[in-house]
Amino acid sequence: MKPAHRVAIMLAACAGLLGWYVWGVAGLPDFGDTVSVTGTTILHAFAGERHTTNAVTTIVFDYRGMDTLGEELILFISVVAVTLLLRERRDESEDISPEAERAESHPRGSDAVRALGVATVGVTVLLGLYVVTHGQLSPGGGFQGGVILAAAFMAIYAAGNFVVLRRMGPADWMEPVEAAGAAGLALLALGGLLAGGAFFHNFLPPGPVPSTIISGGTIPLDNVAVGIEVFGAMTLLAAEFLNEAGIARVRGRSQDDEG
Amino acid sequence: MSVYPYIVAGWMMVVGLFGIGRSRNLIHMILCLSVVQSSTYVLLLAVGFRRDATAPVFQGIAPWRRAVDPIVQALTLTDVVVEATVVALMLALAVDAHKRFGTLDPQDLRPQRG
Repeated sequence: MKPAHRVAIMLAACAGLLGWYVWGVAGLPDFGDTVSVTGTTILHAFAGERHTTNAVTTIVFDYRGMDTLGEELILFISVVAVTLLLRERRDESEDISPEAERAESHPRGSDAVRALGVATVGVTVLLGLYVVTHGQLSPGGGFQGGVILAAAFMAIYAAGNFVVLRRMGPADWMEPVEAAGAAGLALLALGGLLAGGAFFHNFLPPGPVPSTIISGGTIPLDNVAVGIEVFGAMTLLAAEFLNEAGIARVRGRSQDDEG
Repeated sequence: MSVYPYIVAGWMMVVGLFGIGRSRNLIHMILCLSVVQSSTYVLLLAVGFRRDATAPVFQGIAPWRRAVDPIVQALTLTDVVVEATVVALMLALAVDAHKRFGTLDPQDLRPQRG
């Protein structure tokens, strides 16, 4: 198919889609005047029922916990798929030779980047833990905090060098971490089934008022489980792509040497 | 009546789709897809917006304050997570395609065999 034909078909499809979209939007309430019955009900009820202050996290991990389990499993499965895809075609015999490793271990990047990397690791970990554990109180939660924790890993990468990370082998021990987090949320949901007869039933006492970090029953535990899973998943993703880049880089260098 | 957020969402979706159709590079194509996905965040948050309302997080705020719809915000959170995984998976596929065919141009990719 010629590119021009492709664009013509695309434009026609986009125009059709836009028509449907305008028709759909015309049926929506005016911007800013939405009154959602379910949303309003939850806003009135959640603080009394769960002793939390963040309505979004309470919906995500309690009222619609089932959706979150599905979402978390999507994350889990796609990270497994990425790992499989990237490892499948990576030949084991392409292990880094000692010379390449030595060349690789030369510090890269500027001193300023490395110093900043070292300085940010601790702060980033602290921020990540704060966001994970305060999900039911303030904006944040397991998903956001897990990504911040994984960013600490990227700070280590910026601070040190590739060989240090390979020695740490995050690609190996992040798989169990990710799986443990995913299993944790599923087990908490199952606990609700055993204790209260409903999957994702919030079976723990809602905790003190005004809210503290143990308020919300199972919500803080759900957040921790998801935080562990997202931290494992994101670190694994970064490690796999960095491995890929590292191998490509070393391979490119040896080709340069031959050429 | 204010419809600008809906226009922005529709525009982002169509522009992203057009970019996917015209793309000559898989990485560019994946970024266009993430623009399409971002349009759904704008749409969801616009649907849930209420005038003179606060965020649905009541820490340090009186609980009777009017707040925007928390349900669409929870949906957007799900949406963001799914987008991140989709992008990661597609980038891995792009790496794979580059290894097999030595190109990132989708129009030069041949059907894969076995």
